[in-house]
Amino acid sequence: MQTIGQQLINGLSLGSIYALLALGYTMVYGIIKLINFAHGDIYMLGAFWGYYVINVLHFSFIAAMLSAMLFCALVGVIIEYCAYRPLRHSPRITALITAIGVSFLLENGMSYLFTANTRSFPQVIKTVTYHLGSLQISNVQLLILGTACGLMLLLELIIKKTTMGKAMRAVAVDPTAAQLVGINLNHTISFTFALGSAMAGAAGVLIGLYYNSIDPLMGMTPGIKAFVAAVIGGIGSVPGASLGGFIIGILETAVQAIGLSAYKDAVVYLVLIVILLVMPAGIFGKNVKEKV
Amino acid sequence: MRTRLKANLVWAGLMIFGFILIDGLEFAGIINTFIENMLVTIGINVILAIGLNLIIGFSGQFSLGHAGFMAIGAYATGIITPTITTIGGFYLSMFIGVIIAIIAALIVGIPTLRLRGDYLAIATMGAAEIIRLLINNLKITNGAAGIFNIPALASWATVYVIMCITTIMTVNFIHSRSGRAIMAIREDEIAAEAMGLNTTRWKLAAFVFGAATAAVGGSLHAAYIQTIAPSDFNIMASIAILIIVVLGGVGSITGTFVAAIVLGALDTILQNFGTLRMIIYSLALILIMIFKPAGLLGTWELSFKRFNRQEVADHE
Repeated sequence: MQTIGQQLINGLSLGSIYALLALGYTMVYGIIKLINFAHGDIYMLGAFWGYYVINVLHFSFIAAMLSAMLFCALVGVIIEYCAYRPLRHSPRITALITAIGVSFLLENGMSYLFTANTRSFPQVIKTVTYHLGSLQISNVQLLILGTACGLMLLLELIIKKTTMGKAMRAVAVDPTAAQLVGINLNHTISFTFALGSAMAGAAGVLIGLYYNSIDPLMGMTPGIKAFVAAVIGGIGSVPGASLGGFIIGILETAVQAIGLSAYKDAVVYLVLIVILLVMPAGIFGKNVKEKV
Repeated sequence: MRTRLKANLVWAGLMIFGFILIDGLEFAGIINTFIENMLVTIGINVILAIGLNLIIGFSGQFSLGHAGFMAIGAYATGIITPTITTIGGFYLSMFIGVIIAIIAALIVGIPTLRLRGDYLAIATMGAAEIIRLLINNLKITNGAAGIFNIPALASWATVYVIMCITTIMTVNFIHSRSGRAIMAIREDEIAAEAMGLNTTRWKLAAFVFGAATAAVGGSLHAAYIQTIAPSDFNIMASIAILIIVVLGGVGSITGTFVAAIVLGALDTILQNFGTLRMIIYSLALILIMIFKPAGLLGTWELSFKRFNRQEVADHE
């Protein structure tokens, strides 16, 4: 019972990172039907930004995270403008390959500029471990969970309550019709990329603090797993992405806890395939009937 | 039928000519080991990419798991040939690899091919990762360290001949009744179903055919490179094959050849650039996609039938 509770706490902290990343995937996919392979690398950029502003400019943790979010939002918008916008009317597979190209460019560009070495993230917040009965929870874990949940709520509010959010939902349903009622497609898509990338930036700084090590290739695997999380939750759905992230995080820690850590990724993919077979559009996804 | 036979003969002649040409250049010393390596890599990539192009370009199913089937072929050769170190052993291992890959493709394909588009892509990617992680953890495959000192049973000539055979078989598959069936499904699944096609069966046929060619490619890879490890067959490997297909033009076999040759040459040239290599490569990829969104050749095919028809028209 005690280990289950402990693993649940660990799983939730890891899961909230996946959830933050999955939100970016799900929003971008929902609006332009693109698997943004470069999303994991934006998360890596966020972690590196945090590393530099804390080490060089001596930012506090909050300032580092907020500036990383701003920086990543900017990068996301630039990537969309330069690489994806010219391809909006091309076959989707072309845009996918471009996204892979952008991902390679960010990974190798960062390796070239800052070497591929792993570096340790500055520990701006001293780790304190609290004991709740027999359970242990560190302040970093609480911070991750709290920030992630706060950001998810904020995102949900932006999407549900603001005009821009309404525009995003409209474009996701039907881009042409959205344009007809006066929505600026380019602005809406840029805004979506900015929001998603900001979430990834926050996740990058948080993971730096949690795992204490960053390197230019750190975005690859979490990126793919976060995408899996988005698919499990039902791609295009914001609550689905959060739920999917938590499912993946808990699943991974659970498999590790029962001593099958070599197979933890395999179990994640197996669950993905099973969920897709039972619910082809994910847990919260809408199943679109094809009309003749 | 006669034009088909004629076209096949012309192609076979061209392939024999290519063989003699490479052999001659090798004899004259123009092709050194470095270039030979490049040519073999191109050949193996062509085999892999043709199989994937059949799945993506002709049957319209988006598979991201090609490296998984490649791994099966490679490991079949890597495990069998050290004990049976003859050419026969190599072909036996290739055959066994193909059989296992077909079984794996059936297990993966039967449930997942009901999914569409990106969902299928992500499910096949997951399946390929499961294959890789199994290989990574099994004893017989020597885990993450991989297999070393695989006997060198494949020369450039083996790769060339098998590449030609795979191409001819794939092209004939595409031009057969089966090929027309899978292309009908690509164009409109519901309409194809209404015409009485068993869509799942034909999609599965293309998927299994593609998986079999991937196993052949993997087997050649193992026998030529002589070292294999599970990390050679990760998602990035599947994506590398996908890049060849999309760069050449989805649905163009000629395009696959062109893209494999262009990328192989680019890779060899960029070796001199050291760390900048991947940056230039990724920039080239992005720029080609932005300026040639349909790939280098689109759906254009080099065909001798067209010249034939021209002749017939001229005679009339």
